[in-house]
Amino acid sequence: MASLSVSLSTPPAEFIAGARATLPLIVGGIPFGIIFGALAITSGMSPGAALMMSLLVYAGSAQFIGVNLFAAGAAIPLIVLTTFIVNVRHALYAATLAPHVRHLPIGWLLPLGFMLTDETFVVVIQHYAHDDSPRHKHWFYLGSALAMYISWTATTLIGIIAGGSIDNPERWGLDFAMSATFIGIVVPAIKTRPILAAVVTAGFVAMIANPLPYKLGLIAAALAGVAAGVIAEMLSGRAADAQPDVSPDSI
Amino acid sequence: MPTALELILIVGMAVVTFAVRFPVLVLVGRLPLPAPVFRALRYVPAAVLTAIIVPEVFMPGGTLTLSLESSTLVAGVVSALIAWRSGNLLLTITLGMGAFLLHRAVMGGF
Repeated sequence: MASLSVSLSTPPAEFIAGARATLPLIVGGIPFGIIFGALAITSGMSPGAALMMSLLVYAGSAQFIGVNLFAAGAAIPLIVLTTFIVNVRHALYAATLAPHVRHLPIGWLLPLGFMLTDETFVVVIQHYAHDDSPRHKHWFYLGSALAMYISWTATTLIGIIAGGSIDNPERWGLDFAMSATFIGIVVPAIKTRPILAAVVTAGFVAMIANPLPYKLGLIAAALAGVAAGVIAEMLSGRAADAQPDVSPDSI
Repeated sequence: MPTALELILIVGMAVVTFAVRFPVLVLVGRLPLPAPVFRALRYVPAAVLTAIIVPEVFMPGGTLTLSLESSTLVAGVVSALIAWRSGNLLLTITLGMGAFLLHRAVMGGF
């Protein structure tokens, strides 16, 4: 949807464009939400708690891990600590977006911060990368975030309702939808050598560090990837050419 | 209705999740960060998403599986090729999922 790069001046237009740009990621997230709802129920969580988790925590992969650990009888402080580590990457997203939203009052930053996910981040950072009409881009952010939030809670609800009738939801492997989504974002974004270095390094370290507990390998791989990108950028001396923003043509 | 234990769990998870998102969004915008930090932050999306995908695709169940019998590997390669050639996200998701389910069915995964 290249039309998103044209100047969008009004708040409603930005809001709708943000929701529309998030549509492909919503499609990829639909099975993920349904499986989460179903898994929560089949692992013994109450329907109210499963829905409340999507409404209040709103962090897909952390919710999966949380439900699994809870079902396995893990202590609550351990689950909360694991949630924190799994979600630390969101701090990187927040730091990346912060300069773009610095002018906004707390009343805006509260919902924007609460609804900051992988999906909304990749869509919104791409929009901020354009130079056009920066005045109302927070409406684009809000549109993307709300669309994803509503979809996540709605699909969770569907999963909760279907829960009893879906046998062994994890075996469906529908969570591959999330991998396909992220592949569709990352691969077209590999346009320069520094990004290639970041991707290869992050992937390599992610495999080596995979046995680490609490998904620590994820954050180690992310940091190694960022470092590799920076080093490759310095070595190539072509910082001006680097376009590391994730920018698939379809967004 | 949620049990007390479930409520404690959800509140705890909600608090730490909000704590990694919101304060950073507010504070980093108000602190003067050196330019190299901003340059580094531009590599965050590609690095984090890759770190999420790669173990899922290459190490289903936690062990490295480089085999044509691995549905995640085959569908992952198919998805990457489609993404590379088309640059279209929705196409990548639908065909990637299709490849995954087809491979799963052929291999008797269900």
